[in-house]
Amino acid sequence: MTVTSGQTDGQVGNNVQSGSAATGEEEAVGQLHHLPRRDSVLRMSEVRAAELADGELLDGENSQTMMMNMGPVHPSTHGVLRLMLELDGETVVRSKPVIGYLHTGMEKTGEDLTYLQGPTNVTRMDYASPLFSELAFSLAVEKLIELEIPARATWIRMLMTELNRISSNLLFMATNGMDLGAVSMMIYGWREREEVLRFFQKVTGLRMNHNYIRPGGVAADLPEGWRADVLGLLEMLPPRLEEYDVLMTGQPIWRDRLQGVGVLSPQEALALSTTGPILRSTGIAWDLRRDMPYLAYPEVEFDVLVGTYGDCYDRYAIRLNEIRQSIGIIHQILELMPSGDYRAQDSKVTPPPRARIDESMEALIHHFKIFTEGFKVPEGEVYVAIESPRGELGCYIVSDGGPKPYRMHIRGPSFVNLQTMSHMLAGSSIADAVAIISTVDPILGEVDR
Amino acid sequence: MSDDTIESEDVDGEGSAENADAVIEPEADLLYGCLTSESRGQAVLHANRDDWFEIATLLFQDGWNMCVDVTAVDYLTYEPARNLPSGITPERFELVASFISHERRDRIRARVQIPELDPTVASLYSIYPGTDHLEREVFDMFGIVFEGHPDLSRILMPETWQGHPLRKDFALGRIPVQFKGTEQEAGQS
Repeated sequence: MTVTSGQTDGQVGNNVQSGSAATGEEEAVGQLHHLPRRDSVLRMSEVRAAELADGELLDGENSQTMMMNMGPVHPSTHGVLRLMLELDGETVVRSKPVIGYLHTGMEKTGEDLTYLQGPTNVTRMDYASPLFSELAFSLAVEKLIELEIPARATWIRMLMTELNRISSNLLFMATNGMDLGAVSMMIYGWREREEVLRFFQKVTGLRMNHNYIRPGGVAADLPEGWRADVLGLLEMLPPRLEEYDVLMTGQPIWRDRLQGVGVLSPQEALALSTTGPILRSTGIAWDLRRDMPYLAYPEVEFDVLVGTYGDCYDRYAIRLNEIRQSIGIIHQILELMPSGDYRAQDSKVTPPPRARIDESMEALIHHFKIFTEGFKVPEGEVYVAIESPRGELGCYIVSDGGPKPYRMHIRGPSFVNLQTMSHMLAGSSIADAVAIISTVDPILGEVDR
Repeated sequence: MSDDTIESEDVDGEGSAENADAVIEPEADLLYGCLTSESRGQAVLHANRDDWFEIATLLFQDGWNMCVDVTAVDYLTYEPARNLPSGITPERFELVASFISHERRDRIRARVQIPELDPTVASLYSIYPGTDHLEREVFDMFGIVFEGHPDLSRILMPETWQGHPLRKDFALGRIPVQFKGTEQEAGQS
């Protein structure tokens, strides 16, 4: 684990160069040759897999290998991920993630909800870091309206998403610990996460699925005493993280389970469009908060953490230390938090204050129109991306000028990052597969949408 | 590019304004051989469907080292006039791909018009293998066929599903739910 930014930019450049240098040869154009383990991606339909499970073998099939299903309800698959594994004894030869069990057509649903209702839908995608989906959606809508939001709203958004990054990474600590046999870690991780969620409940009214970040700002100002609550969290967490270090980071058993397991090369990560901690674990310093800043990230200081080996241990260490980075960012946010309005006072987007409704007929009509019909968004299309705890979370919206998006698409980082799994699983044992799935940290709500 | 600058230096006073207009205009609009436009400050390429693979190759060679997103839009019921540069014929489907360059810290979006009657386009799998899942999703949801994809199968919907849910003529909540084995179970009970 090294902690610097920029130092690995050379690596990215090298990769680009090798890409263009190889264009002379017909076959080498593109990045496919960066994937030496691409044969380990199992391309088999479920029907065919079921036939093989019944013992039927066609000519030429390798009878030495066995098809096995892991999941969809295996405890280590974090929800309902199913893996089709082709095993040679205990070793994984090829594998295929089978997804879609949580697919509820949320992008289709999004076309039938107004822009004000939109966050209630997207917040249910990545349920471990719901504020990020709300943020991506709201930023996209604001970009379409070309709406400026007040500084305080921006900083509240930063505070809440950084806290959410902490809670999401704590959840990873808990499940990762449980998957690898550190069962007490499961209790610790959930315990600390609950403290963060308690603060969320105080601010937004809900532990999860907040619908707090909305186009135009946030739903409510921070409650009284929020500063003391946040400081309390920031004081409580560091000693607990030290405890995690004692429990896991330095332990020889923990290291043996993770180091050198599930190695991904930087070329493979780039070729597979990987983002987030998985990309950074391979040594490529790429974090949208620094490289394509949004909100007020240029005004805070933090390090982009990168790994060296791209193995499970690096991915674990990056997520653990990103909690520490987020704590540092939140300390700065507490200092810089401006006063002012928590939502844009644009009468087109923002409902009038509750008190005005009793006094003014116009305010009542206005309130009624915003909540029944919704506000209209000018035609156009935008793609906005933010750095979620899992990587690039993008939102693409096409507006036809009406009060509902014509098309709403969420680019889920877990969905794309899942592609690395088959490559990392190739040649590993089933026990290591659990570690690999765990450190990819997919959230299936976001994968399936 | 260099040719144009030389040319505009060579011309003398009288015709320079006209010439500059005539020469610089297409250069400013064409990028990787595509018409470009801007959407809320974001750069957009309008790629020709037949050249999609070649354009993506050019993009890759020019340092756009990651294809982060591939999705599509079905413009069947879109009412306002489509805001496309002249020279691009609007079609029912539109493929939208986002690329980023780590070196330049920049992103670019490409839009490809895909006709309803022949919804096929080249797959970018061999240039950007990360488009594997994304293209499968577009196939699943829109029925756009990617030529050259190694395994174009459904990814989110069940393998036996009929239809493509994100098409605008696939009605929301008005279709019988299709699940494997339901008929058989109903028959038994």
